Amino acid sequence: MAKYALYPGCSLETGGIEYGMSSHAVAETLGIEFYEVPDWNCCGASSAHMTDHLLSLALPARVFALAETLPVNEMVAPCAACHQRFAAVEHELQDEDLRRKVNSLLERPYTGKVKLKSYLDVFANSATLDKIQKKVERSLKGLKVACYYGCLFVKPPKVVNFVDDPENPQAMDNIMRALGAEPLPWPYKTECCGASLGMTKEDACTKLCNDILRIAKDAGADCIVAACPLCQQNLDMRQISVEKKYGTQYRMPIPFFTQLIGLAFGLDPKVLGFKKLFVDPVMVLRKVGVA
Amino acid sequence: MSEFNLSQVLETNRSFVDEVIAESGQDIRQCYQCAKCSGGCPGTFAMDYLPNQIMRMLMLGMKEEVLKSQTIWVCMACNTCTTRCIRDIDVARVMDTLRQEAVKHGYTENGRLVLIFNDVFLGTVRSYGRLFEAGLLMMNNLKTGSLFKDAQFGLPMMLKGKAKPFPHRIKGRREIKKIFDETKRREGK
Repeated sequence: MAKYALYPGCSLETGGIEYGMSSHAVAETLGIEFYEVPDWNCCGASSAHMTDHLLSLALPARVFALAETLPVNEMVAPCAACHQRFAAVEHELQDEDLRRKVNSLLERPYTGKVKLKSYLDVFANSATLDKIQKKVERSLKGLKVACYYGCLFVKPPKVVNFVDDPENPQAMDNIMRALGAEPLPWPYKTECCGASLGMTKEDACTKLCNDILRIAKDAGADCIVAACPLCQQNLDMRQISVEKKYGTQYRMPIPFFTQLIGLAFGLDPKVLGFKKLFVDPVMVLRKVGVA
Repeated sequence: MSEFNLSQVLETNRSFVDEVIAESGQDIRQCYQCAKCSGGCPGTFAMDYLPNQIMRMLMLGMKEEVLKSQTIWVCMACNTCTTRCIRDIDVARVMDTLRQEAVKHGYTENGRLVLIFNDVFLGTVRSYGRLFEAGLLMMNNLKTGSLFKDAQFGLPMMLKGKAKPFPHRIKGRREIKKIFDETKRREGK
């Protein structure tokens, strides 16, 4: 049985609550065990790395150190922004001096014993992919999806250690194929959605969202599948402002990939948090005959 | 941009260029202006200088122009530039350093909203150990003076169970405060 330390990150308990719900339901079906990191803190996100380099390393390093108390070798962070901050710690703290400096700030030292694993890889590795395929009860046949990876899961590749192509990743596409859905080729898989500008330069953020929604629609997508709670919230919630500003009517549902896995497994859409999505996912549900 | 003597500017600001190189750990002099960073940057439409222009201006010691630019505050840290840089320069990291340099040298006008946001964001983390989203939104709106920004999302978020009215306080708050205070002290701020 696969065992991982789980770092939910702040958004999995709030804005991305359906990501957490569906992740747990799907993990249970697949026999994946998650141990939540005890007393975890915020990774600092972009606010920390924009403000102070040492701070941006020390906050995630404390979490790693706590994960080392668990009976696991690997840790996952479903949020791409958190994932990238942990990856930065792993990458930069190979430097002994810097590691000593960071550890002097912590109650418990970071040793590097627990390794970071991409949350997409948990499901897209060949063994789990086989398992997923066998557990499909309601095929997503006929559902055309645009897999959206965002920037931080895949960039920069040297740091995030992503085993996929940073310009044209396939991990989520492979998961969708295993569910019977049709992942579309489209050029905006890893384009930035501008989530970090949502509070500070909203106009720019709205434009970036519009670009992604438009390109996905043009590619013929029924929905955009997300893997990051910040991207998902941005594309889902801001669609109101995007449609108002650009006079468009995308009504594009933005489910998490874990929600679609759960749906294909025959789990109740309620348990998977489909009601939490802003844009009504009815067309996604209809395709599999549950709405 | 006003006219000036480049060699004179470089002479005056050499220490600044060295500081950016040291702080970011990136040898910006390796940049040969292929402009791949700018080609892939999703934020250029809102920038006054392209990322490769910022790199060039840095090399020439144009401290004030760089630190006063919109560009460094538009950068979303998506790392496309870093991913594609043919000279292996972490351009996104240079932008981080430039934001910090701008604060250090008092060029904060263009970055006002970003700085308030980061400050409020980190403030909730310092107090509780985790981000308090509702508090962030309220404090941010108060400090920026746009009281009702994103207010239309508040109620639906609450109804969907996506926003919590109270912060979650972790046990290790003292540890977190120490991290904040010590890092600040060590960076001499």
